[in-house]
Amino acid sequence: MSQMPPAGVKNPLLELRDVSFVRSGKELLARTNLTLGSGGRTVIMGPNGAGKSLLMRLAHGLLKPSQGTIVAGGNGSPLPRQAMVFQRPVLLRRSTIANVTHALALNGVPRRLRRDQAEQALERFGLADLAQRPARILSGGEQQRLALARAWALEPGILFLDEPSAALDPAATKAVEDAVNAFHANGTKIVMTTHDLGQARRLADDVVFMCCGRIMEHTAAARFFKAPATAAAATFLRGELVLDVPAPSCFTH
Amino acid sequence: MNSHDPFTLALSLILSGDPGLFGIIHLSLQVSLSAVFVASLIGLPLGAAIALFRFPGRGLVITLLNALMGLPPVVAGLLVYLSLSRAGPLGQFGLLFTPTAMVIAQTLLVLPIIAALTRQAIEDLWEEYREQLQSMGSGRVRAIPTLLWDARITLTTAVLAGFGRASAEVGAVLIVGGNIEGVTRVMTTAIALETSKGDLALALALGLVLLTLVAAVNATAYLLGQMSRSRMQ
Repeated sequence: MSQMPPAGVKNPLLELRDVSFVRSGKELLARTNLTLGSGGRTVIMGPNGAGKSLLMRLAHGLLKPSQGTIVAGGNGSPLPRQAMVFQRPVLLRRSTIANVTHALALNGVPRRLRRDQAEQALERFGLADLAQRPARILSGGEQQRLALARAWALEPGILFLDEPSAALDPAATKAVEDAVNAFHANGTKIVMTTHDLGQARRLADDVVFMCCGRIMEHTAAARFFKAPATAAAATFLRGELVLDVPAPSCFTH
Repeated sequence: MNSHDPFTLALSLILSGDPGLFGIIHLSLQVSLSAVFVASLIGLPLGAAIALFRFPGRGLVITLLNALMGLPPVVAGLLVYLSLSRAGPLGQFGLLFTPTAMVIAQTLLVLPIIAALTRQAIEDLWEEYREQLQSMGSGRVRAIPTLLWDARITLTTAVLAGFGRASAEVGAVLIVGGNIEGVTRVMTTAIALETSKGDLALALALGLVLLTLVAAVNATAYLLGQMSRSRMQ
């Protein structure tokens, strides 16, 4: 199993140590080690059911691992503040700005500061004019931008994105990618999944390739796209179908 | 009021602002609104808590709550009567045949409706919101006010359903209130009494008011439903 981090994961931010996840007797994630360095854009790739979303939810703390631990990188340091953007944004049945102020409230931002911070975040993502609209009547692209603005307001150390543009048109996809780069430029660690190879090439600094509930490789992006270490990744990159249960293709190295 | 037609008589009673009639309407609203208020105060957080937390016997509690939505008013009345009667556990307070007793009985009728409908609404919403709220650092307890507010339209409908039940029931208030004129006589008990006495005009006048009230409640519920579909979903 080549789970080597790409040369030079410096300043580890979050580490998964021997993490596995079992549901109804099925091992959906086998003992996994993963070190996420600070900064940088990590893209998790792999066929459906490979465990990409599961890995992110475990790292983010939405799911408890059956075994293993998730720890902050520098031993003893607290977990960095995190946010997550989902494929289909979940917005509260409130105004656009109230969606942001509520997130700030949950993160303990004092009431008097919330409105200003929320307005700045909306402004940043071109939503200032829509601040008073009910969030649920925004278009799909606007809703995802609101989800990103909400995450932005929280100033996360790590931002997880689960297929953030899978349901969007090219213009809205561009907006999501610009946002990812804005977070990145701001020093936020990016961890995202995508099915879009082009998007992965545009954004990834390093790639985690998964198959059958395992990390097959974790490689610097340039190397991964040029010379993947595993046969499964090579197949995947050629655009062929990697059928994962019980895929022998996952395990031929 | 010399007309022979009870319908005309009823209308003239309403239009002339007959104090006896309006006294009855006033007490009815006071009792039912108080019951709905108390039942909401308990039922909304209770329903939300049952929706969010897992505990032993949860399925039983939900089944019981759903079953109690159909609690016959006379049975609720009987239970409250037994508790409040002189020999009952709460007999010392002397509440039987007072409006307070009627509020208690109607609260018992309305509470399961509000709690059960809240439980369902909040559970559906939690299903949708859970990951996002957890991601933003909200625990289950903190999620309760968030979810109650976001389900506000559905919950208003639930509260209106409770009010509809309270204002239309006759069995519970009759048993614990005793239909005493000027003290515990409300619209439904007055209709029952006046009809049996043959005073159809007053019964019909009250019936018209009650019908209008129930129609207004249902129209409001319908409009809220439309609003939630078009704007918030």
